[in-house]
Amino acid sequence: MLRADALQAIYPELRDRIVVTIMGAVAAELYTLGHQPTFFYLEHAMGLASSMGLGVALALPQHKVIVLDGDGSLLMNLGTLTTMARYRPGNLLHIVFDNESLLSVGGFPTATATGTDLAGVARACGIPRVEQADTPKRLKQAVAEALASDTLTTIVSKVEAVGPKTFHMDLPLLENRFQFKRALEALRQRQE
Amino acid sequence: MPVSVANSQLIYDALRACDVQIFSALPETWLVHLIRMAEDDPAVTLVRVAKEEEAIGVSAGAHLAGVNSALLMQNHGFLAAINPIVSLALLYKVPLLMLISYRGHMGERDPWQTQGGMMTEPLLRALGIPTWSLSDPHDVQRRLKDAQTLAHAALTPVAVLLTRELMWED
Repeated sequence: MLRADALQAIYPELRDRIVVTIMGAVAAELYTLGHQPTFFYLEHAMGLASSMGLGVALALPQHKVIVLDGDGSLLMNLGTLTTMARYRPGNLLHIVFDNESLLSVGGFPTATATGTDLAGVARACGIPRVEQADTPKRLKQAVAEALASDTLTTIVSKVEAVGPKTFHMDLPLLENRFQFKRALEALRQRQE
Repeated sequence: MPVSVANSQLIYDALRACDVQIFSALPETWLVHLIRMAEDDPAVTLVRVAKEEEAIGVSAGAHLAGVNSALLMQNHGFLAAINPIVSLALLYKVPLLMLISYRGHMGERDPWQTQGGMMTEPLLRALGIPTWSLSDPHDVQRRLKDAQTLAHAALTPVAVLLTRELMWED
């Protein structure tokens, strides 16, 4: 499965929700599908998109938060699975695109290329729902089920190690940061 | 355990007066009472992280979602979190209120704490992080409030060093 096709399949579920994504190909492909003020692209601090998503989810329990993670990023912060599992906010959905590669920095293989099973790691860490979805159709279904379940879910999707030609996004990171905060403030006010 | 309960309570009450609603923490001797107070308080969320790096992400997420947080960490935890402090908090101008137990400084008997202790303030200065030191109980409320105020005005991480004089009774 191409990650771009996977993102396109789930974009209708992402569009009106809070999304925190890692940098590189995932960010660029999501941005190309259509930026929303509730999308935050973490352009550095590899591994921390899931921790940020946890912070947002705990701060805004009435709203669904979707984290788009990658194998390289998750491997840099495996402890995040234990922390998410400990607090298991039901409004958090953690999607891991596993291309078995550090694509953005030259395509070096990660440990998932030699057998590390991130879905198995997530289960062993105590994430209450763990799914694997390796086709766009299956992913779309898994996302819909996860959002309906109100249970912390990690979905691992194997994707090809192919990215866009350019990672350029016409959105300075501070603009993204302030826009995202304003959008979340608006959500909070509507909640109160 | 000669960690000061009274001064821990002062710090905790001052943080609650700052409307801190999310605490992140990694267990550390000097912080045991503070962590327990957060755990026992139904009005706050305590996030026990596996490594301090995660706490930078949790606090950044909370801030962008409009909730005040505080980070409880040892100075060696601060050392462990330097990359996310730089490439998330400083890069994205995210305020952080970091309470750092200042191990390995004056009065330290444990040799293994000393190298980190001697590196803490030089590294905070190198990162340009405004830093308060807390040693007198009378300063606690004012300095924590002022630290949080500056963090939000300047959109920067700030550090409050919890010294042996404040935290340890022997």
